Amino acid sequence: MKSGKKKKKTKNNNGNRRRRIKVNYMARVEGEGGLDIRIRNDRVTDVKLRIFEPPRFFEAFLRDRMFTEAPDITARICGICPIAYQMSSVHAMENALGLSIGGPIRELRRLIYCGEWIESHVLHVAMLHAPDFLGYQDAIAMAKDHPDIVKNALQLKKIGNDLVTLLGGREIHPINVRVGGFYRVPAKSEFKEIREKLNWALETAVGMVRWTGTLPFPDFEQDYVFVSLRHPQEYPFCEGRLVSNNGLDIAIDEFPQHFEESHVEHSTSLHCLKKDSGNYFVGPQARYSLNFDRLTPLAQEEALKAGLAKTCRNPFQSIIVRCVETLWAVQEAIRIIDNYEMPDSPAVELEPRAATGHGCSEAPRGILYHRYRINDQGLIEDAEIIPPTSQNQATIENDLREMIPKFIHLEDEKLKWQCEQAVRNYDPCISCSCHFLRLNLDRDGAVVSLP
Amino acid sequence: MVQPRKPKLAVWKFASCDGCQLSLLDCEDELLAVAGAVDIANFPEASRAVAKGPYDLSLVEGSITTPHDAERIHKIRRNSKYLITIGACATAGGIQALRNFQDVREFISIVYAHPEYIESLKKSTPIAEHVFVDFELRGCPINKMQLVEVISAFLNGRNPNTPRHSVCMECKMRGAVCVMTARGIPCLGPVTQAGCGALCPAYNRGCYGCFGPMETPNTPSLSKWWKKLGANDPDLVRAFRGFNAYAEEFRRESEAHEVR
Repeated sequence: MKSGKKKKKTKNNNGNRRRRIKVNYMARVEGEGGLDIRIRNDRVTDVKLRIFEPPRFFEAFLRDRMFTEAPDITARICGICPIAYQMSSVHAMENALGLSIGGPIRELRRLIYCGEWIESHVLHVAMLHAPDFLGYQDAIAMAKDHPDIVKNALQLKKIGNDLVTLLGGREIHPINVRVGGFYRVPAKSEFKEIREKLNWALETAVGMVRWTGTLPFPDFEQDYVFVSLRHPQEYPFCEGRLVSNNGLDIAIDEFPQHFEESHVEHSTSLHCLKKDSGNYFVGPQARYSLNFDRLTPLAQEEALKAGLAKTCRNPFQSIIVRCVETLWAVQEAIRIIDNYEMPDSPAVELEPRAATGHGCSEAPRGILYHRYRINDQGLIEDAEIIPPTSQNQATIENDLREMIPKFIHLEDEKLKWQCEQAVRNYDPCISCSCHFLRLNLDRDGAVVSLP
Repeated sequence: MVQPRKPKLAVWKFASCDGCQLSLLDCEDELLAVAGAVDIANFPEASRAVAKGPYDLSLVEGSITTPHDAERIHKIRRNSKYLITIGACATAGGIQALRNFQDVREFISIVYAHPEYIESLKKSTPIAEHVFVDFELRGCPINKMQLVEVISAFLNGRNPNTPRHSVCMECKMRGAVCVMTARGIPCLGPVTQAGCGALCPAYNRGCYGCFGPMETPNTPSLSKWWKKLGANDPDLVRAFRGFNAYAEEFRRESEAHEVR
């Protein structure tokens, strides 16, 4: 077993039973975090998702960089979802310059994002999350008993990576995305090979939805506040309004008025809260529940057949939702490729001006908000980035508080694994969540905000 | 007959984006073969299971930015027969090494009003500034085929084949037209180590130095060429202060263009 994990079960003089579940280093998540849970007389007294990923201060060193550098620099926040950072940053910059990009360039952006969703979702579903449901330490052990599932998943993940590579040059930190468009756009003929693979991908994605529908799910539903983008016609990627199931309906540039970050001692990542209603939930489950009607008929049908309702309130079922979104992304990629006509120019030329821009896109793990203030030379004066995992932290802790009583009878080792699985429901990306400049300090109820 | 023991592989993370260790999981075609050839003894991003050291091969991602990490790397070194750094963070301090050029006191006063909550060193430093490193694999991110090459080289007791020549050579090899001479686009290719396959020039943009300085780069000469193409000193400072800003040759060149 994992070294360095401690479990204590003690009785004090009053006969009170104390249990402490401690995971020093969360496995199968991206980045460095741990879990600290205190239980007294079968009651949860404290839950902390500890994040000790060292901060890297992206917002600090983005200052005085050119606006054109933001997509390449912010991509380095996360190796798992660099496209999300590139998309949020280019949309924020274009927003600052008063530009909106349509046509084939917009379609290619959606296509490269499809690739990232497929790659990231399948990685999480098969390599990081499924082993929990089936009781394996990892996907490599799982592959011995379920070789076809792991092999098919790896091939499906590879097709997602192939899409990113075709459009972006490489799968991690792609080099082809720029403010205004791309450096180079492919000819229609370049899609021939991947288009054939996507037929297999569609079949495999349907199979994965069906398979995840058969996994054992604990009976655990919560009344979440879901937040996601919503577009008038499409399942959302980079555009639309920010909506929730408790009345939020705002433009992207209104984000700062409705959400706030606060700093807690046990995390190097800020917690982001909705000002009027506290913690909220972003990611595939929120997108799905707020945009079910925007999915393709096939994705809707398979989702319902796999046992999902139109609103999914069980976070353990997020594994099915990720497969439904993967299926949708494969269909969307096919649609884009089949309709693609090569644009005359790969990018729109841009002139900087002094302005502030906001961008928000749906990263695989949920909404990723960027704000930049640039000067008339195009230099960044101020930057703010709010990644999905910092928005979900408070909800993750809440889930654990609510869930543990249902599993309190389990022995410590099993309870610990159950808690880890509950955290992995969110596919937390800790590398992403931790790179802040602004610090809000909450101690004894007094909140100190620093620029 | 006794089966030979499988070599134990460990993957460690410091300050980074996770992308270089993800490269291992991105080896979709090779992953199960690699997992069959080695005993994956510590790879938290992929597995809950952890086996105790010592390890035959440790792959280290990320740079040292906290006092705790500066201690932790020594323990890893003691437990590893070979230690290989993967990526620009572990090899040159990464993009987070941009802090190394700031007035640190001023920087800290902006960021840390309460330093007791967060521990962070003044500089982001490569692993080799702290412990002996057997091999440094470059790239932001690393090239996954180079990673497979390095792992198999160490497991078979030979030297890895990862060229130290410039990106220019790769442009020639793939038949890419020089973006600098043909199109007047400033490019770091002439001073940057090969490894990416000359991606940026092939996509009509100049190289931005992901793989760090090549062997004996002539950076002052390249800067002169950039100026002929219209770049100014701040442009050059930004160009050399990218993902390998703290690599010595790039650091010296950026400092040479700093307006004081």
